Amino acid sequence: MAEAIVQVHNVTKIYKRDKLEIPVLQNITIDVPEGEFLALMGPSGSGKTTLLNLIAGIDRPNSGSIVIAGTDISTLRESALAKWRSRHVGFVFQFYNLLPVLTAYENVELPLLLTHLSKKEKREHVEMVLNVVGLSDRMKHYPKQLSGGQEQRVAIARAIVTDPTIIVADEPTGDLDKKSADEILLLMERLNTEFKKTIVMVTHDPRAAEKAHKVRHLEKGDLLEN
Amino acid sequence: MKIPLSYNLRNLWTRRLTMSLTIGGIALVVFVFAAVLMLAEGVKQTLVSTGSDDNVIIVRKSAQSELVSAIGRESVSNISTFPEVAAGTDGKPMATADVVSIVNLSKKGTKGMANVPVRGVSSGSIAMRPQVKMVEGRMFQQGSSEVIVSTTVASQFEGAGVGQTLQIGTGHWMIVGIFDAGKSGFSSEVWADAEQLMLAFNRPVYSSLTVKLKSINDFEGFKNRLQADQRLNDLEPKREKTFYEEQSQGMAIFIRVLGLIITIIFSAGAMIGAMITMYAAVANRTVEIGTLRALGFQRRSILAAFLIEALFLSLIGGSIGLVIAAFLEFVSFSTTNFSSFTELAFGFHLTPEIVVSTLLFSLFMGLIGGFLPAVRASRLNIISALRAS
Ligand SMILES: Nc1ncnc2c1ncn2[C@@H]1O[C@H](COP(=O)(O)OP(=O)(O)OP(=O)(O)O)[C@@H](O)[C@H]1O
Ligand SMILES: [Mg+2]
Repeated sequence: MAEAIVQVHNVTKIYKRDKLEIPVLQNITIDVPEGEFLALMGPSGSGKTTLLNLIAGIDRPNSGSIVIAGTDISTLRESALAKWRSRHVGFVFQFYNLLPVLTAYENVELPLLLTHLSKKEKREHVEMVLNVVGLSDRMKHYPKQLSGGQEQRVAIARAIVTDPTIIVADEPTGDLDKKSADEILLLMERLNTEFKKTIVMVTHDPRAAEKAHKVRHLEKGDLLEN
Repeated sequence: MKIPLSYNLRNLWTRRLTMSLTIGGIALVVFVFAAVLMLAEGVKQTLVSTGSDDNVIIVRKSAQSELVSAIGRESVSNISTFPEVAAGTDGKPMATADVVSIVNLSKKGTKGMANVPVRGVSSGSIAMRPQVKMVEGRMFQQGSSEVIVSTTVASQFEGAGVGQTLQIGTGHWMIVGIFDAGKSGFSSEVWADAEQLMLAFNRPVYSSLTVKLKSINDFEGFKNRLQADQRLNDLEPKREKTFYEEQSQGMAIFIRVLGLIITIIFSAGAMIGAMITMYAAVANRTVEIGTLRALGFQRRSILAAFLIEALFLSLIGGSIGLVIAAFLEFVSFSTTNFSSFTELAFGFHLTPEIVVSTLLFSLFMGLIGGFLPAVRASRLNIISALRAS
């Protein structure tokens, strides 16, 4: 088997609150092969979001290394890390995090503003991914004019428009009703099977975990063996 | 600068209620700022346009205004014969020896009195001052106690219409005409026959002599001839424009300094207002900022976005203030000229320089007000920003 696309090695994360040190992740090691759809589960406060943030390069470990598609991101300087994120990571948040003053189209286009694509290419990319998530007819709508499920589909379109190396999703169905949640999960599954995307998803929802190939459990900062 | 401008504009629009308060504050400050500059410019233009290019005024050395100047009859007749002085249609030299004094008149609509300059002129005066035109009645007669008044004086003072009389010195003077002097300093004056006025005030000497030169280029020769004459060495010739421009300087500087002190105080308030508004905008959009950073936008893009928003805010306010100030062009009023303590009528005048400096000033306020909030926005930690929801 080829090298894992995500390699987390001996990662420790400690938060300092006042003078108190809160160890959140202890010596975590996990590999995610390319094309994997991994679900991270565990009780609240176990460190799932923290681990996801480290993999996504928006947080830094206190020790250990995180190598993604051959790049050790724990050594990158801040602006280089930002540039790296724009190329390699697609984010899906629990509360969608769309910019309210931008239309669905503009929200999806946002990550492309950091690329050198031409206007025409940007348009093609945005239209393509909005088509994938089934919202071609809602391009000109503002987030306020969309349902929660639709907003999350726009967010997924935004996450895949740059064709990133990995997609990280933190409880993507956490704020949705059952029907919308099912749609989103189906979409995530399609991204994995049809578009061969590597996905790391944090979830509390057992039905969500069912869609994943693999489920890992975190407990008090430790990754349980399965 | 990767974040699109429309993002900033729409955010301003979304928060238009709070934004409009901030914009209003900036507009107010900019209005005051522009009005002060326009006023100073108006004063300057009024006084400068009092002079003509080829006229030379001769006053006592270092006299800042005609009121404190004196020139004797001999000097007047001596200088009038200088070869550089142009001749009129009647063959006589084009020169007018003026005597300038002050009368107290009561302002219309108030109980207050104000100083109005009275200028005694000789017969050639009108010909040398093309900006002065009779609009009503007739010219005063030489050797009589008759006066003409400017349109401004006629409209702003009690009993200053044609057919009415003014008390000047000990006598009563009949108003026989009204003249218009455009935007020049003469437009705040009362004119009478110089000799009669000297009698009335019991003054043996004139205040100034104004001569028209044959050519603008004759000034140096004229000046050298005058300075070479021992009997005239207490006098100083100046181009009329220069003389009146110097008169305006004290006044213009006073207006600018006073106005700038007021605007600085006001602008501190407007900048704090802008700062509060922008801090609130940053606080409201913390999650958005975290999201943008997560997507890969750099700190400097966030900094630029919020700075641009503050600059937009101030530019909108600045433009509104400037547009309102522009309407002052249609307003004219009179105030005391501090260099002579006489009433001076003038208006506001907007120049391209004032437009530019006013807009720069408003941008400066936006920059100062928006800087700290923008820095805070750019320094937010991604994780904590995203958690702020
Ligand atoms: N910025 C921070 N400062 C201090 N402590 C933090 C910070 N972020 C997380 N923590 C702590 O780290 C622990 C793990 O947090 P994390 O958000 O990773 O948990 P989680 O597994 O995602 O929980 P949930 O299921 O509730 O989202 C918690 O105890 C939390 O209080
Ligand atoms: Mg979490």
